[in-house]
Amino acid sequence: MDIFLAGLVGGSTYALIAVGVSLVFGVSNIVNFAHGSVFAVGAMTAWWLSGPMSLEFWLVAPGVVLITGLLGWAVYLIAVRPLRKAPGIAVLLATFAVGVILDNLSLRVFGAETRRLESAFPRDNFEIAGFRFGTLSLVIIGVSVLCVLALVVLLNHTRVGRAIRATSQDMEAAQQMGIPVERIQALSFVIASILGGVAGLLVGMYSSNVAPSMGFVAGLQGFAAATIGGLGSIPGAVLGGLLLGIAEAFGVSVWGDSVRQLITFGSLLLVLWIRPGGLLGRVPAISAEPMTGTFFGAGRPLRLSPWVAAAGTLVIVLIPLLASDYFLRAGSLIWIYALFALSVTLAGGFAGQIVLGQAGALAIGAYTSAILVTRFDWDFWPSLLAAGLAAGVLQVILTAPTWRLRGHYVSMATLAAGAFISALALNLPGVTGGSRGIASIPRPEVFGLSLGRATPMYLLTFAILAVALVFVSRLGRSRLGRIWAAVREDEVAAASSGLHAASYKSLAFGLGAVLAGFAGALYSVQVTFIEPKQFGVALSVMAVTIAILGGLRAPIGVILGAAVLVGVPELFRPLADWRLLIYGVLLLTLILVRPQGLWARVSLPQRLRPSRRRTGQPQGAAETASANEEVVR
Amino acid sequence: MSAPLLSVNGIVKRFGGLTVVNEVEFDVAQGEVVSIIGPNGSGKTSTLNIVSGVLAADAGEVRLAGERITGRKPHQIARLGLTRTFQNGRVIGNLTVRDNVLVGLDGFGQRNSWIREVPGLRWFSLLRETLAALVERRGAQRENDLRVDRQLARFGERLTPRVDQYAFTLSYANRRRTEIARALVPDPRLLVLDEPTAGMNQTETAEVLAQLLELKRQGQTILLVEHKLDLVMTLSDRIIVLDEGRMIAEGTPSQVRKDPRVIEAYLGTSFAKEHGNA
Repeated sequence: MDIFLAGLVGGSTYALIAVGVSLVFGVSNIVNFAHGSVFAVGAMTAWWLSGPMSLEFWLVAPGVVLITGLLGWAVYLIAVRPLRKAPGIAVLLATFAVGVILDNLSLRVFGAETRRLESAFPRDNFEIAGFRFGTLSLVIIGVSVLCVLALVVLLNHTRVGRAIRATSQDMEAAQQMGIPVERIQALSFVIASILGGVAGLLVGMYSSNVAPSMGFVAGLQGFAAATIGGLGSIPGAVLGGLLLGIAEAFGVSVWGDSVRQLITFGSLLLVLWIRPGGLLGRVPAISAEPMTGTFFGAGRPLRLSPWVAAAGTLVIVLIPLLASDYFLRAGSLIWIYALFALSVTLAGGFAGQIVLGQAGALAIGAYTSAILVTRFDWDFWPSLLAAGLAAGVLQVILTAPTWRLRGHYVSMATLAAGAFISALALNLPGVTGGSRGIASIPRPEVFGLSLGRATPMYLLTFAILAVALVFVSRLGRSRLGRIWAAVREDEVAAASSGLHAASYKSLAFGLGAVLAGFAGALYSVQVTFIEPKQFGVALSVMAVTIAILGGLRAPIGVILGAAVLVGVPELFRPLADWRLLIYGVLLLTLILVRPQGLWARVSLPQRLRPSRRRTGQPQGAAETASANEEVVR
Repeated sequence: MSAPLLSVNGIVKRFGGLTVVNEVEFDVAQGEVVSIIGPNGSGKTSTLNIVSGVLAADAGEVRLAGERITGRKPHQIARLGLTRTFQNGRVIGNLTVRDNVLVGLDGFGQRNSWIREVPGLRWFSLLRETLAALVERRGAQRENDLRVDRQLARFGERLTPRVDQYAFTLSYANRRRTEIARALVPDPRLLVLDEPTAGMNQTETAEVLAQLLELKRQGQTILLVEHKLDLVMTLSDRIIVLDEGRMIAEGTPSQVRKDPRVIEAYLGTSFAKEHGNA
């Protein structure tokens, strides 16, 4: 009973977060990755107002509402509005960047320490039939119920609510009916952020500990809850939140705290397998969402002439003669990340599936090779091959039912698969060392040269990357590349030509996972210590970001993307505290300034394709193209 | 008499309370050209979508050459020899015209194609395709290129100068032509066309008519949805008339033209007068 109540309390806060996620998704068709950060800022604001400012609770709560509401508006203004004509994935990454910035700003403002947030309400002042509970639990459940009820009334019984619902069903039609769509979207961000902030306040009081870093995981749990319930459905988000909260409470009471994420993402995967639309959602099989189809339609990869390629390779190979070991270590890291991002190019650029769980494949690769090398004394090459194979096979099996789905659902399912794997690594101490990880992974010898030295490692990682690049480029120009293009741009037309879209999506993803597995094996050699924490969602997003900034259809672009996103923050390593903040700002700037990628040129505006309109794609390729053109000028 | 190539038996499709296709049944014999006409919203395209597997029927069955295809996936039906075009010209914008038509061949001609329908086992086929793609040489598949050229040549000088241009640069009419070529290139047993002349002017429509007549002469079986009645009357062996999801008439062009129900629901009296059947 205690556990059930704890689950209900936890679940109602998840529900609050999930409702915010669902509202924003419903109105703007955006997965808002900054949501968790707003939640954390809510919690930190509550601590600051009640601690250092020593305000009373009745002043703290409105303060939190005000600040998180303003933040929601800011997120909309910075990350969403400038990209309203860009493809969904650009907005997703922009919100992620804002999340990173928010987390790290909050770290600077409030400090990194975990703070103690005093509850304004007693925790165990009631007792009924030997079962103790406090006003606090009642307040949390009560406030959550009130917030959701208020939202339901707002949506269903007011003019603003009708405008919100109209916008969520058909943005263009709503606009033509005179609804200020942008203001409505901004409003949905404000409301969602307030709900997130309130959840932060409540969770903070319940656990009495708050820290700026608590947001990301909470945000993911909110996504999981919203997707379990059915994206865009408010009752679904509530149901998903409660179910998740209760399942977690029971799981944690039996197996301990480390299973939390395993349960979250395990149940998310399970729901997407069995009921792809979520519990209360409609099956999204018919409508294509803007993340599928042509994205960055106007950006076309630049052609690299063989001479330039040869010259570039020569320069890269000769660098070790001049550079310091530190530089070369950074260089091998860049090549590893580039290889890792290449896996996204395959699935995302070729087959059009934005996969957000590639850290899972990287983790499988890293663990497989580390285990084989440390425990079974395998040589480098066989362990590398095994790493790729294991990553490919496991990821394909985990995501097998996913490929019937499209758009955001593919992203969420792959995200869940990736996070599930890293949670699994945490919970299998016998195999993976659990939270202690695997330390002192030996650096093997290759062709008689120790990879402990910087130059051989640099050259080896580059050689593997170069081979992978040649492979991927060849695939892109082959019959398979053509099939992927057809599947990416029009699944129905592809199927009517006898092509089984799901098979080819799965193939692109599986081949990508093999590459990520190779990258994982190299990563374990490079860093010599691996633990589950390293393979979080942030790393998956990093892979997508590198691939996109490089130009999603241009395999060679990953070099550029990795150099910018891995290399530049390396330059700022001395400013350790500011490094992530700089990464966030860099990411946001790049997305806003060059959404079609670095390695792409912009071609003639595309014509509005009628097929896109019919499948419910709100933005035609033409708009994307002209938006991109403007950006470039 | 041998079994018809396509036989549609009592198919029904409901969207919520609305029955868009209601007990439609007809046959298409080998070598025949059959058209479906009717007012907007009468269920023509839904019928085609059910036949090609894009929509699942709520009742009834469809057979292709005696084999039951209801409930099969669109790609399976395509591989059985039924290819189609769409009302609005669905080409792959970021592929060239040649590649667009080659896509029409990509689903065909693989060995052991049954293996591709078994989850798990299909990976044997997929990995073989991957290896083949890695060693593939541009221009090695002369035979396929020739087949594509043959289809493009149907449209005279319309597409041949544009084979290497991206499909998104094409005019609307050329997208339709590319799509028809894509559907024809695997030599389908049944070609299904959804309004092939939509958005075309009179000259272009006349051209398409000539091309379709040529196809018919070559023995291609065609199932067609079309609004332009002159084209339908000239081309079709038989016509099926739908209204509000029901079949209200079926017969040769001259029979349909005289049918009073058809005149009332669709043709209108002026059309009937013009064609001397008043």
